[in-house]
Order: sequence, then C-alpha cells, then structure tokens
Amino acid sequence: MFFNSLLTNFAALEVGQHLYWQIGNIRLHGQVFLTSWILLGALLVFISLGTKKMENDPKGLQNLLEFLWDYIRDLARTQIGEKVYRDWMPFIGTLFLFVFVSNWGGALIPWRLIKLPSGELGAPTADINTTIALALLVSLSYFYAGLSNKGWRYFEYYVHPTPIMLPFKILEDFTKPLSLSFRLFGNILADELVVGVLVFLVPLILPIPVMFLGLFTSAIQALIFATLAAYYIGEAVEEHH
Amino acid sequence: MLAFNFFGATEGGLFDINATLPLMAIQVVALTYILNSLFFKPVGNVVEKREKFVSNNITEAKNKLSEVKKLEADLMTQLQSARSEAQRIVGEAENESDKLYKEALELANNEANASKEKARLEIESQTSAARDQLSKQADDLSELIVNRLILEK
Repeated sequence: MFFNSLLTNFAALEVGQHLYWQIGNIRLHGQVFLTSWILLGALLVFISLGTKKMENDPKGLQNLLEFLWDYIRDLARTQIGEKVYRDWMPFIGTLFLFVFVSNWGGALIPWRLIKLPSGELGAPTADINTTIALALLVSLSYFYAGLSNKGWRYFEYYVHPTPIMLPFKILEDFTKPLSLSFRLFGNILADELVVGVLVFLVPLILPIPVMFLGLFTSAIQALIFATLAAYYIGEAVEEHH
Repeated sequence: MLAFNFFGATEGGLFDINATLPLMAIQVVALTYILNSLFFKPVGNVVEKREKFVSNNITEAKNKLSEVKKLEADLMTQLQSARSEAQRIVGEAENESDKLYKEALELANNEANASKEKARLEIESQTSAARDQLSKQADDLSELIVNRLILEK
C-alpha cells in the first residue's frame, strides 16, 4: 500500500514528462527552450552590462568578465595549443558558459514553483536533446578543425601511430559524442532527481548538502564538457611528426 | 509506473529525441556568434591591449635599466680616474710644499749662520781691540808707575 503511494508520488516528480509545443508537424520540448531563453537572456544581460563601458583599468563587472575570459583562454590554449586556439576560443567559451549557466540555473532557481500544464521547468542540460545537440556540435567542430587545418592529412590521425588503431579511432568518433552527451545528461538529471526525491522524503535540512553537492557537480560538468571539447579539437589539429 | 515513464516509448520519456535537438544546436551556434561579438572580441581586445601595454612597458623599463647600469659603470670609471687624479695632485702639492719648506729652512739657516759668523767676527775684533787697548793702557800705567818710582828716589 505504502509502496504504491510512494510510486505515485514519485510519478509526481514528473520524470520524462514534457511540455510539448507543436509547430506544423514538428514537436518541441517547450520547457527546455523556456528555461534556456530565460537563462541565456540573463547571461546576455549580465555580459552586456559588464562590457558596456570597457576601461583599461577594469572596475566591477568588467573584472569578473575579464577573469572569465582569461579562464576560458587558458582552457582553450592548454588543450588546443598556441597556434589555433584563437579560432576556437569563442566556441569553447560558449559551450562552457551555456552548460554552466544551464546547470547552475537549473540547480539554483526554484523552477518547481512555476506550474506548467505538463512537465516542469529545470536545467536545459537535463534534457537529452540539449546534450546531444552540444555533443554533435563538438563532433562537427573537431572534424571541421582537423580538415580545415590539415586537409586530407587529417585522416593520418586514424592510422597514427599504427594502422591497427584504425577501427578504434573510428569507434572513438562515435563514443566521443555519446560519452559527452550522456555524461552531462546523466549527471544533471541524477542531481535533479536526487534533490527532488530528498525534498519529497525529508523536506528540511537534509537536501541542503546534496544541493551543494549538485552545485559542485554542475560546475565540474561544465568544466569537463568544455575541456573535453577543446581536447578533441586539439587532438584533431595536432601535427604528428 | 515509474519505470514505464522513464523509458516511455512513443510519447514523452527521458530519451524522447525530437526537433528540440537541431533547434537547440542552432540556438547554441547563434549564441556562439552573439557571445563572440558581445563578449569574446571586446574583452579580448581590452585584455590583449593591456597585456601588450604591460609587456611594452616591461621591455622599455628593462632597456632603461640596462642604460642606467651602463651609465653607472661609466660614472664609476670616471669617478675612479678623478679620484686617482686628485690623489696625484695632492701628492704633487705635498712634494712641492715640502721642497719649498726645505728651501726656506735652508735659506733661513744660512742667513742665521752668516749673521752669527759676522757677529762672532765682530766680537772677536772688538775683543782683540779692547785687549790691545787694555794692554796699551797697562803699559802706559806701568811706565807711569816706573817713572814715579824713579823720580822719588
């Protein structure tokens, strides 16, 4: 009896429910776009405020943005290398900011208070569509980076250092986006579920450490995603001698 | 119930992949361009301009420092030569004054000796003159005494 009611209540967490938008004959997950627009809007407002009056002696927000820029540059430079990191820094930085803002936005803002007809608002990165989209963009990017930098010699990478590596390297092209997307999706969704279940079971105090752990995981996942994306691009443009 | 919802086959479910995916990809690409023009370019320009400014200043300061060191070494050699020159001049002056002093001393000694000699000679001549006179007077006196004595007899 108790178990049954527990299950129904778990269903009240509405796992896997979506707010569907129908445009023509395509269907979209509305809650993902709603939260991503709110969060990206906030990010863009924050950035426009910080870059409105750029000075040589940075003040206030500009300091923070410069720190962020420096952090992203270091990340891109160490992974991609001195030669081409400039071209890819905006992409890596956008991935980092998007994932970070989505994760933290999902964890920090009490979305649950806003009632939707179906599904619930949450981190956009807790939706598999978002993470696959990001991972496929990374795949396209490293192919493009390799081909545009080295031309057809990019495919030497597949037989480097020996042709025995060929099947593994081909397999890697599939496992890279798979692991990227599922790692992010799994971590963020698991965090949301754990917090949701704990809040449901013990509404006081106990969820707080888990929420902090969630914030930590969210930040780490953003860093991991951006670092791996940069690493894949760096691997593709690296010259073998 | 729960398990059903998790992997719900046709409608909903966690792995419900639909047009959200490509639209999200387009949104992220658009965001990349927006962030590039709003954030990465302007902030990068400011930061790199400042880094250039700082590194320029550092090289300039290094150049100036080496120039200063060169000038300092130059001044040190100049100071050294001036010092030795001064020492030489002082030594020369000392020698000169020494020589002058000796000359003056010798001159004075000579003069003193000469006047001493002259005085001695004068004293001698006067002494002998006085002695002659005295002896002459003694002679006269003795003659006078002799004459008186003879007369009394």
